[in-house]
Amino acid sequence: MIEGARWRRWVFFYLPMAMFLVFLLFPFYWMIITSFRPDGELYRPWNSVNYNPFWTTRPTLEHVRYLFEETLFSQWLWNTTFIALVSTVISLVCGVFAGYALSRLSFPFAGSLGTGIFITYLVPQTLLFIPLAEIIRNYKLGDTPWSLILTYPTFLIPFCTWLMMGYFKAIPRELEECARIDGASRWKAMLYIIIPVAIPGILSAGIFAFTLSWNEFIYALVFLSSPEQKTVPVGVTSELIRGDVFFWGPLMAGALLGSVPVAIAYSFFVEHYVSGLTGSVKG
Amino acid sequence: MGQVVLRNVNKFYDSVHAVKDVNLQIRDKEFVVFVGPSGCGKTTTLRMIAGLEAISSGDVSIDGQVVNNLPPMDRDIAMVFQNYALYPHMSVYDNMAFGLKMRKFARREIAKRVQEAADILDIGDYLKRKPRQLSGGQRQRVALGRAIVRHPRVFLFDEPLSNLDAKLRVQMRVELKKLHQRLGTTAVYVTHDQVEAMTLGDRVVVMRDGVVQQVGEPLDLYNSPANRFVAGFIGSPAMNFATVTMMDGNGRLTAKNAGLELEVPQSQIERLRRHVGREVTIGIRPENLHVATNSDPAGFTFPSKVEVVEQLGSEILLDVRVGADTMVAAVDPTIRARVADQINLAVNPARLHFFDAQTELAL
Ligand SMILES: Nc1ncnc2c1ncn2[C@@H]1O[C@H](COP(=O)(O)OP(=O)(O)O)[C@@H](O)[C@H]1O
Ligand SMILES: [Mg+2]
Repeated sequence: MIEGARWRRWVFFYLPMAMFLVFLLFPFYWMIITSFRPDGELYRPWNSVNYNPFWTTRPTLEHVRYLFEETLFSQWLWNTTFIALVSTVISLVCGVFAGYALSRLSFPFAGSLGTGIFITYLVPQTLLFIPLAEIIRNYKLGDTPWSLILTYPTFLIPFCTWLMMGYFKAIPRELEECARIDGASRWKAMLYIIIPVAIPGILSAGIFAFTLSWNEFIYALVFLSSPEQKTVPVGVTSELIRGDVFFWGPLMAGALLGSVPVAIAYSFFVEHYVSGLTGSVKG
Repeated sequence: MGQVVLRNVNKFYDSVHAVKDVNLQIRDKEFVVFVGPSGCGKTTTLRMIAGLEAISSGDVSIDGQVVNNLPPMDRDIAMVFQNYALYPHMSVYDNMAFGLKMRKFARREIAKRVQEAADILDIGDYLKRKPRQLSGGQRQRVALGRAIVRHPRVFLFDEPLSNLDAKLRVQMRVELKKLHQRLGTTAVYVTHDQVEAMTLGDRVVVMRDGVVQQVGEPLDLYNSPANRFVAGFIGSPAMNFATVTMMDGNGRLTAKNAGLELEVPQSQIERLRRHVGREVTIGIRPENLHVATNSDPAGFTFPSKVEVVEQLGSEILLDVRVGADTMVAAVDPTIRARVADQINLAVNPARLHFFDAQTELAL
């Protein structure tokens, strides 16, 4: 808290904070209000009577109904969940082992290997999708969930590896050495000591990976073509924007429902997640 | 059994020669302390005995078996780390039981041994707590408990008391000593604190820059240090040193510099005669100095000027100037001395130490 006079606190703390919050939350507010606003209000001109863009007196669930009944939204939700979960699990498993190896085992080129992994993470997806598309086509995986489950780890594994590497480095080496003196093999020391201690780190990596794959757009757009295979971000934008006609109501309802699982995941793990980011393992 | 032998043990970290040709025989039931300034290779030596660090050359054997290539788990040792290394996600009970579980002990035997250790260390009340719910001293006890439940052949301690506050450190030091008397397990203990080394060790190994300087019982190190380094390291306040020249004058040998002139005691004359005309370092412990009285022979007194007076209650430490050197004298608390006083100090002739000025070895 800032010390000093009350006005000082208002000018330097509450005011900027309020502006920041408005700036941050307004898009969400707009999304919510649009999802529940009837079409009649959405498409009237700005100079009509009773025009008030910031709230509605006649909320409706029409757009949500439309989404579930007239589009494949529930199918997209399922596709996204499945793809995000499986690719997250794959990336976490690889990331935990790779991060452990890079941070603990001293083998030749461990350092440069770590840097190499980080660099692959820096290659933009907008370039990487071109060679990947070629590979997906060769293995005839196009238009299946596997095209994404197998390509998402290309950026998720480096990401998880780096996060876990940092986390493992923060765990005192003595913990593991003590376990090995106590009679645990390297594998058991990892299983019974290191991994349980690293749970907060693993959870944060998992949430990040899940969110990244949930929101992913480019690969999903390129590798999936039939409507029933699509993920939420691609399905909503491709099926609810026809030509230059925007179906604003269902579009926003889709965006809202699409962000709910991520929000739940965050709030559920938020405590672990925060301690994971601050990464403290004090005995 | 728990006999540890180090034979020509060396450790290189790339170009750093951290441990140089260490030879040592640690007997069964013995409490051996490695002491030396930070970075002298104590921890590295201990970790090589534990099997946590590869041995660059030489052998470590336990009970006659060379263990160079034996993994830590097969050496039947237990180690207490400086930061305790308690498993943060396990209760105190599970922390202590872990080593036994890994070795597939029966559940009842585990419970019995943990209880036994908890009783010895008086930690029975918080077996269910997690390490973060314990104070520093309690964590220390748990770390000890985790080592003793295993009934290992050798205990290894790496500065286990250095994270405790001064009072607790003294208390735990006594408890460690009692614990060792009770269990009789061989112990190798690393510390940078010479008081800990002197009080705990059956024998003390003084190290410096990876080289063992002297191995001996605490009083041997105190009374006959092998070189100037050991002399200065053991004992508190530290030994005073002054560079003097050996002079031969009508049968008597004197050690002389600008500030003092001391006679060489009869018993040392034979040994020191061949250094006549050369520079020698003389060593005088503060506790072997006192304020001179009429009964002190003139050859063993010298004038000094008081610079600082430190009242400790049980004694007074006088920081004095003697010629170009400063010295500390631990004198009787009844002495009334003030800054800038000129006083005559007398030395106990039997307690003079002489070192070669070049090689620093004791003469
Ligand atoms: N893993 C390491 N890599 C390189 N040098 C090391 C390593 N561990 C210790 N050293 C070096 O070896 C020397 C002895 O270290 P150590 O045994 O830890 O000293 P201490 O007596 O303080 O316990 C020091 O000079 C230290 O810098
Ligand atoms: Mg050390």
